[in-house]
Amino acid sequence: MIEIAHLTKIYDKSKRALRDINLIIEDGEFVFITGRSGSGKSTLVKILLKETELTSGRVTVNDVDLGRLKRRHIPKYRRRLGVVFQDFRLLKDRNVYENVAFAQRVIGASGRMIRESVPKMLTLVGLSSKYKYYPHQLSGGEQQRVAIARALINRPEVLLADEPTGNLDPQNAEEIMRLLDAINRQGTTVIVVTHSHELVDRMKKRVVTIDKGVIVRDEEEGRY
Amino acid sequence: MRIGTFMYCLKQGIVNICRNIWFSLASTAIISACIFLLCMFYSIIRNIQYMVFTAETTMGITIFFDEALAETEILEIGETIKAERAGQIKEMLYVSAEEAWETFQTDYFGENMALAAGFSDDNPLAGSASYEIFLKEITGQADMVRYLETLPGVRRVNYSNHVAAGLASFNRILAMLFGAILAILLAVAVFLISNTITVAAEFRKDENRIMRLIGAANFMIRAPFVVEGLILGLVGAALPLTAVYYLYRQTVEYVAAQFGILSGIIQFLPIHAIYPTMLGISLTLGGGLGFIVSSVTIRRHLRV
Repeated sequence: MIEIAHLTKIYDKSKRALRDINLIIEDGEFVFITGRSGSGKSTLVKILLKETELTSGRVTVNDVDLGRLKRRHIPKYRRRLGVVFQDFRLLKDRNVYENVAFAQRVIGASGRMIRESVPKMLTLVGLSSKYKYYPHQLSGGEQQRVAIARALINRPEVLLADEPTGNLDPQNAEEIMRLLDAINRQGTTVIVVTHSHELVDRMKKRVVTIDKGVIVRDEEEGRY
Repeated sequence: MRIGTFMYCLKQGIVNICRNIWFSLASTAIISACIFLLCMFYSIIRNIQYMVFTAETTMGITIFFDEALAETEILEIGETIKAERAGQIKEMLYVSAEEAWETFQTDYFGENMALAAGFSDDNPLAGSASYEIFLKEITGQADMVRYLETLPGVRRVNYSNHVAAGLASFNRILAMLFGAILAILLAVAVFLISNTITVAAEFRKDENRIMRLIGAANFMIRAPFVVEGLILGLVGAALPLTAVYYLYRQTVEYVAAQFGILSGIIQFLPIHAIYPTMLGISLTLGGGLGFIVSSVTIRRHLRV
């Protein structure tokens, strides 16, 4: 469960990115976070990823209090999250298999575990036949699938997707959303930050809207 | 650490080196220059020390006594010296006036011993009985000479410290010269390794960011860079070590063949007498330099 209580983030004296945010996301939920550019959505993602410090308030992710989390414990905390970005952030010099295996390799997983889990994950995201392809040989949608596979390979409790369909055409965007929905149905909490009206409206999931750093709407089966 | 993880870090370190080959070569070259200089310096110092040691063991202090002194009195003085300065003395030989004359005759007249017959029973070196003292360490020579000169009955104390003092002085000058050059080269090496690692970190900026977000341990992010530094340092040490090994042997053989006349003066240590230490120092310096500089640099450049 993610509990956010009275969260405020101030970057400098003049810029208050988030103001007194209160939000609870239960385990296994699918939540869209929407809002205009500069509304504070990405700041919220950064705080959840522990990329930036909160100014005040309390954020707890699966019983980990981010305000008190020590620097040396951040890597272990991040292994409990999966993260997907708009620009995919794949390693261009490595093929699909290596990109996904990379996430396991850097946390010290054994070779046997990597050989077992990567093909399974590639099958889940529908890329088992393209495991030898390099990122430049894949479409945007396929690259995002690789990024999702990489985010999920370590079995995170929460998947954070920051504008995952931002660089995709409607058809690919739709497919990615279906994939995220399927992942959510398997029990992973999914938080998607997006601008896409159509997808949000079609998915009929919980929608949290942030504007000028404040939550202005929080609806079950909401619309953009 | 798993073997797979170790191999991964090793492979990525090598990838870093290959991506950035010119900087890597420059770093290796400068480390090689440093270590080559160090090896040369070490070889020279050790050989000079060896020559000083040889001089110490062959040069002695000779004490002559008042002519009026009887042999028994001279031997008594000898016993006193032995008793009071046992810790400093390696060997002490008594040369009687007769032995001194015999040695002189052999050295001076050589094959024309008939010329010495003119002296018949008259020993011109009567009263020249002496002690030859060989010290354990030449550094105690001045102190020993001062002590001997205060002894009653001692007429003259002969000694020569020019060679040993000269060699020691040469050693000091050489140490300062090599030390200065080495310090400059080490500073350049630190700068170059640091630059190489910085460039490698820049190449891997995106990868490192992804690693951080995935939850890679700080160690895993830094390891390829540290491995890179370590490899640069060890290769930088291995090259001059190989060169010095062959160069030293060739030099010793060449000097022995071309300047045989000097063999009594200049005696080189065999390579196996100096190489193990040289190997240890060089690999420690090269590897240590690469490891420390890359660790510090990557710690500064990757805030993880």
